[in-house]
Amino acid sequence: MSQPFSATLRIAVLFGKVGPALLSVGTLVLAWELYARLSGISPTTLPAPSRVLAQAIQQRQALFDNTVPTISATLAGFACSLAVAFILSMLIDFFKPLRSALFPLFVISQTLPLVAIAPLIVLWFGFGLTPKIMLVALVTFFPMLVALVQGYASTDRDISALLHSMGASRMRIFRLARLPSSLPYFFAGLRISITYAVVGAIFAEYAGAAKGLGIYMLNAKNNFRSDLVLAAVLVSALLTLVLFAATALIQRAAMPWERLDAARKS
Amino acid sequence: MSRRLELRQVSKRFGDIDVLAGITLHVEPGEFVSILGPSGAGKSTIFSLLTGGLDGYGGDVDFDGRPLADARRPFALMPQRDALMPWRTVIDNAALGLEVQGMSRKAARDEVASLFGEFGLAGFEHKYPAQLSGGMCQRAALLRTVVQHRAMLLLDEPFGALDALTRTGMQRWLQTMWDRHRWTVLLITHDVREAVFLSDRIYVLSRRPARVLREIAIPLSRPRKDLASPEASAIEADILDTLLDPQPAQRT
Ligand SMILES: Nc1ncnc2c1ncn2[C@@H]1O[C@H](COP(=O)(O)OP(=O)(O)OP(=O)(O)O)[C@@H](O)[C@H]1O
Ligand SMILES: [Mg+2]
Repeated sequence: MSQPFSATLRIAVLFGKVGPALLSVGTLVLAWELYARLSGISPTTLPAPSRVLAQAIQQRQALFDNTVPTISATLAGFACSLAVAFILSMLIDFFKPLRSALFPLFVISQTLPLVAIAPLIVLWFGFGLTPKIMLVALVTFFPMLVALVQGYASTDRDISALLHSMGASRMRIFRLARLPSSLPYFFAGLRISITYAVVGAIFAEYAGAAKGLGIYMLNAKNNFRSDLVLAAVLVSALLTLVLFAATALIQRAAMPWERLDAARKS
Repeated sequence: MSRRLELRQVSKRFGDIDVLAGITLHVEPGEFVSILGPSGAGKSTIFSLLTGGLDGYGGDVDFDGRPLADARRPFALMPQRDALMPWRTVIDNAALGLEVQGMSRKAARDEVASLFGEFGLAGFEHKYPAQLSGGMCQRAALLRTVVQHRAMLLLDEPFGALDALTRTGMQRWLQTMWDRHRWTVLLITHDVREAVFLSDRIYVLSRRPARVLREIAIPLSRPRKDLASPEASAIEADILDTLLDPQPAQRT
């Protein structure tokens, strides 16, 4: 475990994983830079990436000030959505008819166009944190609920039968078998939802907010500063990546057996 | 002394499929009895019915001379696949039954830890099932079954998923363990040789809907070492004939 070369080895492995991604992103940025410089297109229409980066650095204080509310809205909304999804998933697991009663409703909630719904929610609930939390919850709640319900259903029937034969109550079976069985599904849902969550928060801010990346983008656009719009996009993309990586790390810590399973299967 | 377990004319249907068509069998205390039968006959269904996993069946089941409903969880079940929880370490898997019975995790661990040597699992207490070989998983599952201290063990094809060599090793090991502990065992298997090697008596089931085709006592002395003795081979051949000979009255 603690051989001297293992750190280097790990970095090499890591690079093997992220290398291709860096290469594809790098190529894209390079092509964009060349096009912006050589085609003679106006920087207000399409600023070069170098210019976006320079502006982002110059405006870092403003960007930072506007990122903090977006992060809090994202995390608060996501936490609410998780809590509600968890409680509802449990209820559905215990009372199956609830599923057919509620799922159509939730499916419909997923078809609502954000562009239409965001301004309405802001209109009803004001410029504060509440409408952002609601929008983030709206876009993340259903994927999390589906993931959890599916996860419970994936429980090995032999394990359930075994616990039943041992005299375990339904609640006990849920805690000992169904809940742990749902973890892989839960984390898959989490990774997808966390990206939706950032988009949801920005949308809500775009529709009206005192501060936030969404409102920052709107203002920049109104001032014909597409370079600042893109700088804010860059920040939101980085934010999403960081949250995504965080969920992956949490998953590794929460499911130490998973890598063993994967190693055995491959 | 009353019989430990007695089934009389037990029948079960799922929807319009007849699975068990009047099963009558019994197990004496300290006896090792096997159920042999073709795949899909309804063998596992018998265990589900005994452990309360199914409601609604015909016939009577008595345990220690009283209706099964009056007995308090008399069985420890080993399901057909090992059913180890991949998210629990081996020791926590083994202790599962004790935990469900209300013991604290610490106490349950302490109790099962002393048995790891006997079950050939010493040193693997804190590994995950994915880190064990197939044979070790089966031993861990068996350990989880016996530590529950129930009056009777129900083993559903414990070695079905193992390669031939490991399986033979496990059969010998199980015989040694049984000789030492004299559990009352009802074992389900496809493997005629396994049944002959381990059992005091064997019930041979028909295809679905399952009936008892034959009941065979195995008079071979214990401990049994020689699987290829003429007596054992004769019994084995006899049972295979029963299983393979398509009887005219039997549906497929
Ligand atoms: N809960 C259930 N609902 C409906 N049908 C079932 C159920 N459980 C078992 N069956 C059916 O009952 C029949 C017998 O199943 P069972 O699992 O008891 O067979 P088995 O003898 O254990 O087979 P194998 O040796 O392959 O394990 C099968 O046809 C199966 O499809
Ligand atoms: Mg079976």
